[in-house]
Amino acid sequence: MAQTWLIIVLAGLLTYAVRLSFIALHGRWQPPALFQRALRYVPPAVLSAIILPEMLLLDGQMLFSPLNPRLLAGIIAILVAWRSRSTLLTILTGMLALYALQALLG
Amino acid sequence: MAVSESNREAPPRSGGDNRAAQLLDGVRDTLPLLVGIVPFGMIYGVLAVKAGIPPAAAQAMSAILFAGSSQFMIVQLVGAGTPWLVVVATAFIVNLRHALYSASLAPHLRRLPAAWKGLLAYVLVDEAYAIGITRYEHGGAPGGRHYYLLAAGLAVWVCWQTSTALGIFLGAQIPASWSLDFTLALTFIALVVPALRNRPAALAAAAAGLTAVAAHELPYKFGLILAALAGIGVGLWSERQWRKPG
Repeated sequence: MAQTWLIIVLAGLLTYAVRLSFIALHGRWQPPALFQRALRYVPPAVLSAIILPEMLLLDGQMLFSPLNPRLLAGIIAILVAWRSRSTLLTILTGMLALYALQALLG
Repeated sequence: MAVSESNREAPPRSGGDNRAAQLLDGVRDTLPLLVGIVPFGMIYGVLAVKAGIPPAAAQAMSAILFAGSSQFMIVQLVGAGTPWLVVVATAFIVNLRHALYSASLAPHLRRLPAAWKGLLAYVLVDEAYAIGITRYEHGGAPGGRHYYLLAAGLAVWVCWQTSTALGIFLGAQIPASWSLDFTLALTFIALVVPALRNRPAALAAAAAGLTAVAAHELPYKFGLILAALAGIGVGLWSERQWRKPG
């Protein structure tokens, strides 16, 4: 449990440092242009790296099957997100699709 | 219309008055976003308890980190018994996107005292940034806009702490068969998919996703860090390809 607290404090400090970084350093230090361009790809890269394995995982195993409910529900959610740009609608449709597919394919 | 016209003509209102107006505006404009935060916070609380994190630690994580997506990751990794250093590194990578918010707000906040900068950095989450930057870049009432940003951040903060607490309270009563962990993937899909409208970003996402799947058997989710680096590399590379003539 001590480890959990260590994680919370360290991750919290690092997160705060990231948020404060440019605000505090403005006018004093300019990060290299390459670094600033690289930052733009952090959200799509990190989030996709989390999403894809989550969609392919079933009972802790990778399942490359068209009958995987998580994969199909995820694809439906991606289409909804693309069209609607709504967080709430994406989550709701995705969960409903998952329940329906689990009932159908389960 | 007539009211806003006359407001624009009037000299800036004196401090206190303006501050109250900015605070109220900030809370009012943030309210619609809170609808999406409540279920997210509750699910975090539920999953944290299910992963064996004590309620006090789960709530403290919401207060100290105040960063939903990384909190989900931490819960997942702690539940899987991942070494602490890897968990911290992963949370750092997930939150690195906040540096973008920091960079984009920095010029607007440059004249504020250090204490204000420190406070605003603490509440600089996705939603507060999205609301705040709109007021800085697309007008709205001038003067004291940092009060507007602060109000947006505090509204999200209060909402996040309350919904987390509710989720922790409900935690034990929600069965695993509800597959609530899938909401993590869905939330991220909602965040990332609408932003993939240019080729380098889409390629970065594809490269990272495929690397993560290919590397999923690496211990301790090292695949995630590897995938993030692959995605960033491909994004930068394709950006360069794109600019080449012909």
